[in-house]
Amino acid sequence: MLYIDSIVNGIVIDHIKVGYGFKIFNYLGLNNVDCRVALIMNSPSKKCGKKDMIKIENVMDLDLTMLGFIDPNITVNIIENEKIKEKISLSLPEKIEGVIKCKNPRCVTSTERNIKHIFVLTDEEKGIYRCQYCDHIYDTWEE
Amino acid sequence: MLKGRHLIGSEDFTIRELEEIFKLADEIIEDQDSFLDSCHGKILGTLFYEPSTRTRLSFESAMLRLGGNVIGFSEAASSSVKKGESIPDTVRTVGSYADIIAMRHPKEGAPRLASFYSPVPIINAGDGGHQHPTQTLTDLLTIRNTKGQFSNLTIGLCGDLKFGRTVHSLIKALSKYENNSFVLISPQELKIPDYIKSDVLDKNNIKYIEVERLEDVMSSLDILYMTRVQKERFFNEADYIRLKDSYILDSKKMDLARKDLIVLHPLPRVNEISYEVDTDPRACYFQQVNFGMYVRMALMLKLLGVR
Ligand SMILES: [Zn+2]
Repeated sequence: MLYIDSIVNGIVIDHIKVGYGFKIFNYLGLNNVDCRVALIMNSPSKKCGKKDMIKIENVMDLDLTMLGFIDPNITVNIIENEKIKEKISLSLPEKIEGVIKCKNPRCVTSTERNIKHIFVLTDEEKGIYRCQYCDHIYDTWEE
Repeated sequence: MLKGRHLIGSEDFTIRELEEIFKLADEIIEDQDSFLDSCHGKILGTLFYEPSTRTRLSFESAMLRLGGNVIGFSEAASSSVKKGESIPDTVRTVGSYADIIAMRHPKEGAPRLASFYSPVPIINAGDGGHQHPTQTLTDLLTIRNTKGQFSNLTIGLCGDLKFGRTVHSLIKALSKYENNSFVLISPQELKIPDYIKSDVLDKNNIKYIEVERLEDVMSSLDILYMTRVQKERFFNEADYIRLKDSYILDSKKMDLARKDLIVLHPLPRVNEISYEVDTDPRACYFQQVNFGMYVRMALMLKLLGVR
């Protein structure tokens, strides 16, 4: 088995759906940080067969709000002195700005330049987001 | 408070706020003369990125009857838009000349975008297939002033229920009132979208039936809202021939209806209402045009904070 050091202080983002680890890695801008970061893909999991995982040494000020949108099953653990100090539960962000694009070809965002695509959570139970301009529903995380 | 607000979607205002507008519209109808100068010195900007003469004239006449003035353009080709000016820049510019803006745009969400940048109230005068809230206000004022109420009504909606945005908005609006039921009359191809059934009708426990032929349900209706059925929307010729007459309102069908039915239509009509129906006292679609102007007068007075 591939061996990766456990971290002393930092963040572990766990139970990421296979294939999404790299997307999240990029989304969080982890290619530009100077601490130790491990992206583990296709790691065996008791819960779901296989999973991706990200370990980041040193707790940083990360904007994790989008993780809940990408996949609410992701778990985030804050590690201090090699122990889990805190489990952060993810919730869906109220607003998503400039991350996903409206796919409605009749939407004003398809022709106007320089405007931020904004989505608003309109049904928390079902996790439905709508384009703030045209009300078009955004279904899944596909980029 | 409606002063300074925008009207982008037909659900932007609460029932109470709508009532405020309708009451003011009644005052205007009652005594038009006392409103002749109420918008003296005010300017309406009409930004029509696509032509819609009917809607534009309704807004313009509304402002002129209040003693205000109008500036604007009636199609994108003749304006700076042609030169590639963005919506935010256009509304910031026009918003420094005008006190209120009515905007029509072929792209969905354009008026919402405009409202983020405009220094003055934006009224959505239609954005593609998305929203047309002043049509809904018009429909509601007409119902209020002909039926006297918004509840205990059986509302028949006939024709293209799939793409008809005014139909969707009207269902949403009337679903907020007590004890209304809907009769949805359309060919299979043009049935009401599922999300209207699940998110509006079923969610609020509202009774509705779906039928194919208008003549079968004529006698049960308090209101009949007609829309146009385009031949191109049918999947096959046989269905079109079998059903086409079911979506044309004529005197024969009117004979089946109640005495206190009202017939509405967002206009313009093509052939879905025969001319012979026009003289029937139950035909209210020309009155509806009139109410459309009054409700726009009331709306602008409220958003401008004049009344
Ligand atoms: Zn959109």
